Amino acid sequence: MNIIVLVKQVPDTSEVKINRETNTLIRDGVPSIINPFDMFAIEEALRLREQHGGKVTAMTMGPPQAAESLKEAVAMGVDDVVLLSDRAFAGADTWATSYTLAQGIKKLGAFDLVIAGKQAIDGDTAQVGPETADMLGIPFVAYIRKINSVTSSTMIVERMMDEGYDVVETSLPALITVVKEINQPRLPSLKGKMKAKNLKVTPLTAIDINADENLLGLKGSPTKVVRIFPPTPRGQREILSGTIEQQVEQVVKKLKVNR
Amino acid sequence: MDYLLNEEQMMIRDLARRIAVEKIVPVRAELDEQNKFPTDIMKAMAQADLFGIYIPEEYGGLGKKSFELYIAIEEISKACLGVSTSYAANALGTYPILLHGSDAQKKKYLPDIASGKNLAAFGLTEANAGSDASGVQTTAKLEGNEYVLNGTKQWITNGGEAQIYTVIAITDKTKGARGASCFIVEKGTPGFTFGKKENKMGIRASSTTELIFNNCRIPRENLIAKEGLGFIVAMKTLDCSRAGVGAQGVGVAQGAIDECIKFAKGRVQFGQPITSFQAIQHMLADMQTQTEAARALVYSVARMMDSGAKDFSRASAMAKLFATDTGMKVTTDAVQIMGGSGYMKEYPVEKMMRDAKILQIYEGTNQIQRNVIALDMIKEATRQK
Repeated sequence: MNIIVLVKQVPDTSEVKINRETNTLIRDGVPSIINPFDMFAIEEALRLREQHGGKVTAMTMGPPQAAESLKEAVAMGVDDVVLLSDRAFAGADTWATSYTLAQGIKKLGAFDLVIAGKQAIDGDTAQVGPETADMLGIPFVAYIRKINSVTSSTMIVERMMDEGYDVVETSLPALITVVKEINQPRLPSLKGKMKAKNLKVTPLTAIDINADENLLGLKGSPTKVVRIFPPTPRGQREILSGTIEQQVEQVVKKLKVNR
Repeated sequence: MDYLLNEEQMMIRDLARRIAVEKIVPVRAELDEQNKFPTDIMKAMAQADLFGIYIPEEYGGLGKKSFELYIAIEEISKACLGVSTSYAANALGTYPILLHGSDAQKKKYLPDIASGKNLAAFGLTEANAGSDASGVQTTAKLEGNEYVLNGTKQWITNGGEAQIYTVIAITDKTKGARGASCFIVEKGTPGFTFGKKENKMGIRASSTTELIFNNCRIPRENLIAKEGLGFIVAMKTLDCSRAGVGAQGVGVAQGAIDECIKFAKGRVQFGQPITSFQAIQHMLADMQTQTEAARALVYSVARMMDSGAKDFSRASAMAKLFATDTGMKVTTDAVQIMGGSGYMKEYPVEKMMRDAKILQIYEGTNQIQRNVIALDMIKEATRQK
């Protein structure tokens, strides 16, 4: 199987704080990681390769330092990487991002499957997967929790729903997005890390992927961000702990003090 | 202390540490309690290439040497000596093939050991052959193109779990130690079975069983080196593995210190944390100093071995002796500092103390190590006269 995994480098949101004056993320000193949902996509691609043979390529769009995420993917066992990086890609919304990724995928030639995480933990839109599938003109199935079987032209998967799951058969090539229930991502290997250490990642630019510059970056983004703001804090709250008796005792004590 | 590790050595240390923290620490108490072999952890270690560190690249390994292997052993030992014993005993079982095997034997066995697909074990000890290795009674008799093995090996680490066993057996009873030979026996060979799994004081995650040979026929080409070289193969193997046991001592000592200082900082007596008492401070200082000295010795011996030194019996015996005595002492002191809590199974140091004891016993008791060291000293003094 020829599998492409879409990964995104994101700030580790457990470390992110917001500047209340400018309403922007304080990114200084915040470590970048592979979007956690994409780790499940990488793992699933590697498992499919182990069962069916073939090749796994990790692709990302981002600034030059996004190459670090691709190196992490190589350390886990991915065969090849593609970094789409160009100033023209900057400011892209999900639509322009999906166009760029679709152009990158087309450039690679024939493939059987594209896997991505269900969404990224920074934007949380869950739009890039389906939009990319649409631009490639291939079927899309979201929220996959299990791949039941694969043939050369079809695949049967389980799609997680609010209650229960759907069993879906799709033709290949297709694009799927996966949820965390699908697997447990492996740790990197020593051979992988050594390969990653020596890897030179050469970025592909807008020209390399035959992209129409009007459809790229800020220019190609139909979404305009008018204002970003964190929700106003909802006053001071406190969560009590201990047994119910202890909690009641604490509540009574506080009420008496505040009377 | 900075031991000037290179980038790849740091990579090995960091990955082994990650496996220790993420995969081993959460389950070590359960493995200990249930006497359970760490199959899933071994798989994770295999996937991370830890089994191939010291195996040459041409046989599917990473082509590193003892030092890199010991770094990994030390990190795993910080978390659990039961797991690290299973890991290190694999190397012990592999060394006879690596050091003395033919090219054909290496090609056949090493790649699957390097990938972690096959686990190895070393069979020397018997009921009447422990410190006195020449007491081996298991026999191997050549019949046509096959050797026929009979006898029982005792306390074999990875017994039952390993696929590949390197076994010492007597091919010529009249020649004493020079009548021993080393063989490769694969699990599943007719006539080769496993005895009871031992119920041990510590390192309970590791599997320890008897190996029973009852007219077990193996192909003639499974003889390692030549007939009569069995004890040389065994002694060279132990020379290489011994300092690795020292690395286990360093690891368990450091693991105990790390747990103990974390606890002591939070433990308040007489209105202040016990780390404010000089009695505790001095114990901690001694524990860390002894551990650092043990580490420096183990690393120096490893670098000496890796630089191509021919004779390092004395050096590796010293590393094993000092670092494992340190492991025992430091884990005991860690329990002492933690007091009643240290004695309870809620904290990991009581296990570390139980586990550490074996390090002074297996792969040559520390009394035998002192024999090796002293005899080599006397030999050298005699030569210099």
